[in-house]
Amino acid sequence: MKKPYSEKAMEHFLNPKNMGEIDDADGIGEVGNPKCGDLMTIYIKVKDGTIEDMRFKTLGCAAAIATSDMICEMAKGKKIEEALKITFQDLVDELGSLPAPKVHCADLAQRGLKAAVKSYESKK
Amino acid sequence: MSKKIYLDNASTTPVEKEVLKEMIPYFSEKFGNPSSIHGLGQEAKVAIDKSRKKIANFLGCDSEEVIFTGSATEANNIFIRGVLGSFENPHVITSAIEHDAVLKTVKKSGVDYTVLKVDEDGFVNPEDLKKKIKKETVLVSVMYANNEIGTIEPIKRIGEMIEKENEGRDRKILFHTDAAQAAGYLSCNVDELGVDGLTLSGHKIYGPKGVGVLYKGSSVNMRPIIYGGGQEEGLRSGTYNTPLIVGMAKAVELIKEKNKKEKTEELRDYLIREVLKIKDASLNGPKKSRLPNNTNFSFQGAEGESLVMILDQEGISTSTGSACSSKTLEPSHVLKAIGLKDLQAHSSLRVSLGRKTTKKDLDKFLAVLKEAVERLRKISGR
Repeated sequence: MKKPYSEKAMEHFLNPKNMGEIDDADGIGEVGNPKCGDLMTIYIKVKDGTIEDMRFKTLGCAAAIATSDMICEMAKGKKIEEALKITFQDLVDELGSLPAPKVHCADLAQRGLKAAVKSYESKK
Repeated sequence: MSKKIYLDNASTTPVEKEVLKEMIPYFSEKFGNPSSIHGLGQEAKVAIDKSRKKIANFLGCDSEEVIFTGSATEANNIFIRGVLGSFENPHVITSAIEHDAVLKTVKKSGVDYTVLKVDEDGFVNPEDLKKKIKKETVLVSVMYANNEIGTIEPIKRIGEMIEKENEGRDRKILFHTDAAQAAGYLSCNVDELGVDGLTLSGHKIYGPKGVGVLYKGSSVNMRPIIYGGGQEEGLRSGTYNTPLIVGMAKAVELIKEKNKKEKTEELRDYLIREVLKIKDASLNGPKKSRLPNNTNFSFQGAEGESLVMILDQEGISTSTGSACSSKTLEPSHVLKAIGLKDLQAHSSLRVSLGRKTTKKDLDKFLAVLKEAVERLRKISGR
């Protein structure tokens, strides 16, 4: 039987590499709702249409933290249009496995990136 | 990994060695059906009668008033649905912090019901309860002690109030309490408590899982909700599970000797004092009239399930009031009922002590907890 959290997901939860803020972020996206307990802020730094740096702050369960970290890893270095194509399924696949009720956390991470891009574009 | 530290005794407890020893012969050796008239069957019947007597002693009732069930959930269902099903147009009152085995049973019963609010520590006020009584009321069910926040409800006072109300009432009100969490530490004498129904669970008191007890006062009329061979006065049909019943009785018998109330209370108070030294940590539930083995905290900026998982990595088992792992993703109804905001409820951690818990265990837990809270706060930035 598969463990509810893959080792990779656990590693991203226990030792996230992309947490924190970007002081001079070009876009900031805030998503989540207190009712389900997950609040996520995504920061992006953009240069020539490419996401140069991406960081997160997340209050939430292990899945929310792991997917936050993973989307930063996957989106960094990509053109914005490419990064926006990352689906929640891509995140889940890359992490290995998440417990079924937690899959919405990957959706949250994807929405976080979208919100950050939106804030970046509104500033342009 | 170093020694596992189990601090989730409100979820379940291990079967005590003496309990297991008593159970084992009844699986393969003394396996007879207690309903059979041959020697093997009668041998099992004697074991069940003796077990029933032990439970009756603990509850201060007659053996005939003890019904063995498959779980505390089943006992709650048998009593609540059994009573409600035997009245025309009944009304039932329960509290907002009941276990789902009572709360959902009441809500799904299809009859008129009232869910009573509790105060910020989880206490039911008997006077408030009294005001909710109607002409149609036939049943009140309030838990003896809460499983998440340890609140010990004033069962005796509620019992006295109901007894008084019943004078001069045509429709007598029955009083039931779920004592699954309380039994390990509090007196369950049914006369002193003034209850007509009481529920016990095996696995919360170092007995086996899959067995519970329902005390049903001899004067209570109720309908069965399970039909079959007519065991347990027809109220719980199904072949007697002799080993589990024997184990349940032994577990009850050992409570007095094994559960050290004062020592557990001391450890609990030590733990509460130390945890509250952590910045922005708060205690959920009362300081007084609290189960000796229960603590429940919230940590601002750190989510409960994440805490449980980090602690688990270090071999420490705890649980969370957050129901983020369930499908609804709604926080605990108990924490909401005592007025916690959603985020506070999601950042809760229940730490429940047991017979084996030592101060050393708690010190190790505290060290890991502090580190975990700090780490999660860094990640959340809150």
